[in-house]
Amino acid sequence: MSQTMFDKIWDQHVITGKEGDPQLIYVDLHLLHEVTSPQAFEGLRENHRKVRRTDKTFATMDHNVPTKDIFNIKDEISRKQIDTLAKNAKEFGVRLAGMGDEDQGIIHVIGPQLGLTQPGMVIVCGDSHTATHGAFGSIAFGIGTSEVEHVLATQTIWQTKPKTMGIHVHGKLPKGVYAKDIIMGLIAREGVSFGTGYAAEFYGDTIEQMSMEERMTLSNMAIEGGAKIGTMRPDQTTFDYVAGRKYAPKNMAKAIEYWKQFYTDDESAFDRVIDFDVSDLAPFVSWGTNPGMAVPIDQPFPEIKNEDDQKAYDYVGLEPGQTAPEIPIEFAFFGSCTNGRLSDLKIAASVLKGHHIAPQVTALVVPGSRTVKEQAEKLGIDKIFKDAGCDWREPGCSACLGMNPDQVPAGVHCASTSNRNFEGRQGAGSRTHLASPAMVAAAAINGHFVDIRKAGVA
Amino acid sequence: MEPITTITSTSIPIMKDNIDTDQLIPKQFLKNILKVGYGRHLFFDWRYDKDGKPNPDFILNKPERQGAEILVAGDNFGCGSSREHAVWALKDYGFKAVIAGGFSDIFYMNSTKNGFLAIKLPLDQREILAAAPADAKITVDLPKQEVRYDGNRFAFDIDPLWKHKFINGLDDIAITMQYEDQIEAYEKKMPQF
Repeated sequence: MSQTMFDKIWDQHVITGKEGDPQLIYVDLHLLHEVTSPQAFEGLRENHRKVRRTDKTFATMDHNVPTKDIFNIKDEISRKQIDTLAKNAKEFGVRLAGMGDEDQGIIHVIGPQLGLTQPGMVIVCGDSHTATHGAFGSIAFGIGTSEVEHVLATQTIWQTKPKTMGIHVHGKLPKGVYAKDIIMGLIAREGVSFGTGYAAEFYGDTIEQMSMEERMTLSNMAIEGGAKIGTMRPDQTTFDYVAGRKYAPKNMAKAIEYWKQFYTDDESAFDRVIDFDVSDLAPFVSWGTNPGMAVPIDQPFPEIKNEDDQKAYDYVGLEPGQTAPEIPIEFAFFGSCTNGRLSDLKIAASVLKGHHIAPQVTALVVPGSRTVKEQAEKLGIDKIFKDAGCDWREPGCSACLGMNPDQVPAGVHCASTSNRNFEGRQGAGSRTHLASPAMVAAAAINGHFVDIRKAGVA
Repeated sequence: MEPITTITSTSIPIMKDNIDTDQLIPKQFLKNILKVGYGRHLFFDWRYDKDGKPNPDFILNKPERQGAEILVAGDNFGCGSSREHAVWALKDYGFKAVIAGGFSDIFYMNSTKNGFLAIKLPLDQREILAAAPADAKITVDLPKQEVRYDGNRFAFDIDPLWKHKFINGLDDIAITMQYEDQIEAYEKKMPQF
């Protein structure tokens, strides 16, 4: 019987239990951050338990970190959470990229960047955007804090095997249209829960042509469609990306030989297959309060079909029939685990170069990691952003969820490269409009969204 | 974990779909390093106005709805962020079960770890429950896997392993520790490169 890549990796990690029941699965990499780990460490302490495999555990601070004056955390509770992780990492012997460390950054940016993320692995983290790591051909998913404690203590996790969904992505991406638009377009078409209960795999010629950073953007937002797992077959692009990184395998040849066994035999192995042709895809912009409430830049916002739509329109202060260029943009956010990598900043900078953001716009640029920041500075990208009037900041999750001081004021429309446009996500009353880095850059310049395909920049 | 078998209580209906965990507990309340104290911030942005005063129109604030232990909701409940604080906030508020059209996978797993029942029922049955008057009691019977109200009996599914853990209040880690030999054996045969 043909198998999916997901089946092959899963089967290899089962410790006990039979399919259909909860099975005990081995975890190869456990990533930690300060928000969802304190209660887990406290649980270990109360029960006199240790971290079973410190060599498979890695922590950083990202959600709370200020992006300005990083060593001066004014919010006392934020500081306590950061200090608690530092204390816990020390006490339990967990590797930590702490405040100001050269490896610090958003956990889903540094895992791949350090070569910790590898094909064929089971990877977990107390964060739903763990789906990002699926781009490497791993089973990667977000877990809750009780599960964090369980993985710390046992290096395993109880999970019921999900169904599998193949997402066939094909066609040549038009100029000005990006990985972000693919995942936003897919969720706009299929809804925010089409992937619930499934492990998704993206495949097809479009995926094969993508860089690892583009692939990560796609996998990252699988969770916004309900799929907590979004994998891709590892290929030469994957192997080349991992090779030479800090924690990459010492014997790459042996590793690659092992990783090559992970692929889906054929489409019939999936429980469900959906098709997505990107050849006519347009840039997407979200208008509402979940990522499925999004339209192509040249289409009007939809009619009100139910109470949820009505509530969303009331919240964002927009109306059906309006279009994205009519949204008055006063804030722009570049960053997050979705679009905070070097290639994302490069694209945004290429749009901004020689321009200045509109006077009413505040723009924050928050690199995904310290390494991304340093690489960008070496290339002079920081200067392009600064010359355009943007605020160039230290790495972290920042205004994607506003746990630190970086928040969008109430009532203000923000063009954002992040992943969630939930009510209050970027700050109480904030109105988030998700889009690609190129689209956000163009919106910052113009004070409203424009069709990047017509603006002639890509 | 407290064992849980049967819950008989009044209920609160919030039949909106896609109630995400940012709504259940906004990020400013995730900074605590404890598991308790989140209940007063549950549904914060809907429950309080800009000045922090209770919004009298929101159902959680209605005097006749106080003390309800069962929440009846729409589809795709608990989507978005993985924050277990969402379950802690529901529990800390006093809810013992949520009956919805569906749950995000992560929220569902979090609920099983906290003795918090997440029950899936179809819309027509939930509409009957959602119409229950403020003083009407609904019963969730876990051993029998049914929800009873006003002569209706609605059967629900639950994995036998989760059910066993709920009824006995078992600790996951202690269960897993019984497989220590198998975990060690697995680690010995893992590929090294």
